[in-house]
Amino acid sequence: MKDTSLTARHIPDRLDSPLRAALLSWPSLLLAVAIALFVLNALASPYFLSPWALSDATFNFTEKAIIALAMALLIISGEIDLSVASIIALASTMMGLALQFGVGTPGLVAIGLLTGAACGVFNGLLVTRLALPSIVVTIGTMSFFRGISYITLGDQAFKGYPPSFWYFGQGYVWWVISFEFALFLILAVLFYVLLHRTNFGRQIFVIGNNPVAARFSGVRVERVKFLLFCLTGLMSGVAAVLLTARLASTRPSIAVGWELEVVTMVVLGGVNILGGAGSIQGVVIAAFIMGLVTFGLGLLNVPGIVMSIFIGALLIAVIALPILVRRLRERLTR
Amino acid sequence: MMGLVRSRELWLALTVAAIALATATRAPGFAGAENLLGIFNNTAILMILALGQMTVILTRCIDLSMASNLALTGMIVALVNAAHPAIPVPLLMAMAALVGLCLGALNGALVWRLGIPAIVVTLGTLTIYRGAIFLIAGGQWVNADQMSPDFIQYTRLPFLGLPVLSWYAIVIAAGFFLLMTRTALGRSFYAVGVNPTASVYAGIDVGRTQFTAFCLSGALSGFCGYLWVSRYVIGSVEVARGYELTIVAACVIGGISIAGGVGTVAGALLGALFLGVVNSALPVINISPFWQMAISGAAIILAVILNARSDRRGGRLILRTAEPAQ
Repeated sequence: MKDTSLTARHIPDRLDSPLRAALLSWPSLLLAVAIALFVLNALASPYFLSPWALSDATFNFTEKAIIALAMALLIISGEIDLSVASIIALASTMMGLALQFGVGTPGLVAIGLLTGAACGVFNGLLVTRLALPSIVVTIGTMSFFRGISYITLGDQAFKGYPPSFWYFGQGYVWWVISFEFALFLILAVLFYVLLHRTNFGRQIFVIGNNPVAARFSGVRVERVKFLLFCLTGLMSGVAAVLLTARLASTRPSIAVGWELEVVTMVVLGGVNILGGAGSIQGVVIAAFIMGLVTFGLGLLNVPGIVMSIFIGALLIAVIALPILVRRLRERLTR
Repeated sequence: MMGLVRSRELWLALTVAAIALATATRAPGFAGAENLLGIFNNTAILMILALGQMTVILTRCIDLSMASNLALTGMIVALVNAAHPAIPVPLLMAMAALVGLCLGALNGALVWRLGIPAIVVTLGTLTIYRGAIFLIAGGQWVNADQMSPDFIQYTRLPFLGLPVLSWYAIVIAAGFFLLMTRTALGRSFYAVGVNPTASVYAGIDVGRTQFTAFCLSGALSGFCGYLWVSRYVIGSVEVARGYELTIVAACVIGGISIAGGVGTVAGALLGALFLGVVNSALPVINISPFWQMAISGAAIILAVILNARSDRRGGRLILRTAEPAQ
């Protein structure tokens, strides 16, 4: 699945002016799509522009978006983690188990985060220590982690989370800004700094572009990848805490199918699935786009399964369109 | 002889046999011919799908839309059958394969013509095809009483002691064996996966070969769409949901390398059989079916670890002769 294209990369003699480059960049195009969707939504439904409706809309995507932030880094480094939704299930199950032993809210949160991180360590060790392809490893751990949930819970559910725990999924920090949404914004800034403003972030790009060259340049490829798996696990743990608190219950089928939605969000955000390119701004805007699509169509009574058609088509279209436009332009200039 | 001992397929076959025998010590009759044939029949659809997925994976792509393709095609033929029971079932089977082929060709064309990575394309079509089921059926189910007796019987009729469903798998597997080992197309699937650059110089059109692989996996998914709906006598949006990863799992357990170029027909079949045997062994030895998922997960992880052992030492030799440090 790597390097099947045999075409050489085009390197221009003169770069575009910074302004033109910024306007034509992926995040700017996405932002235009997001704004268009926002306006369309506002025109289509009179209920859309209410602050509380918009606030409700954020609950649809914040948990997935938090995982997408870490997943973006992982995919830029050339790896992938398909077990994130199963990590949510396992972390949520562990919190439920702890609850049965009378653990309080701080303990529950700690257990959720630790389980997530531990799953990330497990994935990371398998991928980096044994040099296994991450897509297969995480398809395996995807069954394995959720499988443990099923063994523990069967067809039962854990309920009875304390009200103080609910705050993480249902509380508001200020007016209509929910705790979840505020946390997402803070994490987005942190991830932006990590990826685009630190040495560690540069190393992620270098690894994704050329792992061999990265190794010869002194980048500790395995360690960086291992840390990224841990980080993705930890963010899945965070999402598990938020989602469990929002639903106030745990079933083994919690968050089923989220892994593909998270990957869709990341790819939509302009991250190259083959690694080496991408930005946090893009992923954040893509999260908003997916939130707007699902919420706007929901207001119009479009069933969830039909919305998924839009998301799937959007995913292919946003990647196909620039390619088609470039080809057309090449054909015209020739 | 050494080649046989080292072959992954042999070890996998022995593992499957060992699981069956171990189960038989707890539940006599598990390893009996009748039960084993039953397991084979239950695994037939997964085996066919694994063969299609194998072809795609060999060419360094992946088809995550197979289960959605299956469900959509299954729904289409079920609806046609419900509306026009007079249409003969063999015609419906051909139609299923054709519809599946078109859906697969769409994946293939996007990969070939636009150069979009296969995982992205099929991730998109996975949701699109699944959503399309809801659109064409209007959220309805197609139930047993709406299907014609022939439609239901054409997977069940006995032929030489086996249900005809098993025979479909046998015939398709035999066809794949010939395709993979005796034809230029079969060899080019491997060539493209082993080294796309060298394949171009050898005169193989890489994109076209990948396109063909997607057409094959699509046609098989479509055909299995009929088989699934006929066997489980239900057409709905939920058919085979999440099954795409089970198909990939069967391939991985069967020793097909996700990096492309490595894998055999026997491996794909045994990988599917492994999952089939484990799934039917669990209830027999009184293990809750809830263990099934964790066990197949552990099996996948174990299979990748074992398969990767041979080429684990990456890196390269930079000093031709090593000198002892003073």
